Amino acid sequence: MANRWKNVLNDADVTDHSVFLNRRQIMAGAAGLGLAAAIGGPRAALAQEVLEPNSFEDISSYNNFYEFGTGKDDPARNAGSLTTTPWTVTIDGLVDKPGEYDFADIMAKMTIEERIYRFRCVEAWSMVVPWNGFELKDMLDLAGVRSSAKYVAFETLYRPEEMPGQKTAVLQWPYVEGLRLDEAMHPLTIMATGIYGKDIPNQNGAPLRLVVPWKYGFKSIKSVVKITLTDKEPPTSWNIANAREYGFFSNVNPEVDHKRWSQATERKIGGGLFAKRVPTSMLNGYEEEVASLYAGMDMTKNF
Amino acid sequence: MITDRVNQIARRVPNWLVYILGISPAGWFLYLGLTGGLGAEPIKSLEHELGEFALKLLIAGLCITPLRKHLGVNLIKFRRAIGVLAFTYVFSHLLVWLVLDVQIVSQIWADILKRPYITVGMVGFVLMIPLVVTSNNLSVRKLGVRWRKLHKLTYGIAFVGALHFVMVAKGIQIEPISYMLVVIGLLALRVPKKTLPLQR
Repeated sequence: MANRWKNVLNDADVTDHSVFLNRRQIMAGAAGLGLAAAIGGPRAALAQEVLEPNSFEDISSYNNFYEFGTGKDDPARNAGSLTTTPWTVTIDGLVDKPGEYDFADIMAKMTIEERIYRFRCVEAWSMVVPWNGFELKDMLDLAGVRSSAKYVAFETLYRPEEMPGQKTAVLQWPYVEGLRLDEAMHPLTIMATGIYGKDIPNQNGAPLRLVVPWKYGFKSIKSVVKITLTDKEPPTSWNIANAREYGFFSNVNPEVDHKRWSQATERKIGGGLFAKRVPTSMLNGYEEEVASLYAGMDMTKNF
Repeated sequence: MITDRVNQIARRVPNWLVYILGISPAGWFLYLGLTGGLGAEPIKSLEHELGEFALKLLIAGLCITPLRKHLGVNLIKFRRAIGVLAFTYVFSHLLVWLVLDVQIVSQIWADILKRPYITVGMVGFVLMIPLVVTSNNLSVRKLGVRWRKLHKLTYGIAFVGALHFVMVAKGIQIEPISYMLVVIGLLALRVPKKTLPLQR
């Protein structure tokens, strides 16, 4: 494929797992003396200059996955009950070969690569995540997208007995999301199946979840069971819940504020109690790659 | 009876103990925040814990009168301590928001004006100032009847506090709504009986 995306962020931008664990031990030891804030170690300080550290532990303990509760630590606590094998993804709608695709079969046909992406939540916090996965386009090609398709609709698993959050009506269940076809086919758009080379934790959307790095995190729908190619803009969960605050596009944009808070800055997770806010980048730093998708569009209206 | 026992014990508990017990959670939250015990993003957690505890104290304060009126439990001597503690928590919550969370001075003022849930929260804080300033024996004596009237502001403050929590939540969440219902229930207990003619 000619237009495949190359990593800009590299391993230096992700805190090494063992360094992070080491640092935690130092901090735990110092905590009793009340010195935690003062000690980080020279290597940790160096890593911070490059980019705020994001450990496997942070990535897998601070999640928004309302199917398992609305607290940030609820998913890590409650997602253990989720059964992810067997798992099938139904691909239907405007495709040549609609049907149920077994997750293991999909994996056998895909080439897994590492993608280190910035991840920006609509709540104005961010992380850097080393995903493992494949381009969504490659998976859609398995089913053969018809030329009449204009949008892609996604659906998360609905299984209240394993997803306790689905017993309350915080959102309409199942969670649904959508992309325009050109966004879905963009080489930056991936289905992630792992983090740090391990299987993706349940709380991060096992066994496979969408990742669209230039959009707010809630667009990157988790634990996907259904993908429908359509010619109409599909409904999306947060837009249904509050259309004033959450648009269909939800591209990261420091110039378009959320109705209740500014999007001009963000806080990188992992910086502790005294973490500084940093400016948010247009399209989350992927302007060069994806701005052309929105050429001539009023981003303030189409937020 | 059990109410007598409670009243007896309450009489023996000194107010300074209430202050110490009341302020210790704040110290605990801060300790957790500094040592990684509040998770990957301790700033929001600390802000939330302090705010939620303030709301609990406001609710505790609103329970004093109904407890005495309907159950004969007299905890009125703790009411001032509870109120002053509630203010302390609201103020710390505000400080965490200003210093650790928003950080940027120009954005703070813009947020207060532009974001309704912050406007509502600030209104609650400002309403508490005259109450904390007059939470001393001299003010009670000097203001007399007016003191009691002034301190009825507590009702509005508790409501505004719960509203702030409901508004800040993303989506309709159970926890803030539960707080709101409790506050509304406690305020409803104060509606004078004569406005409910059927009960006569």
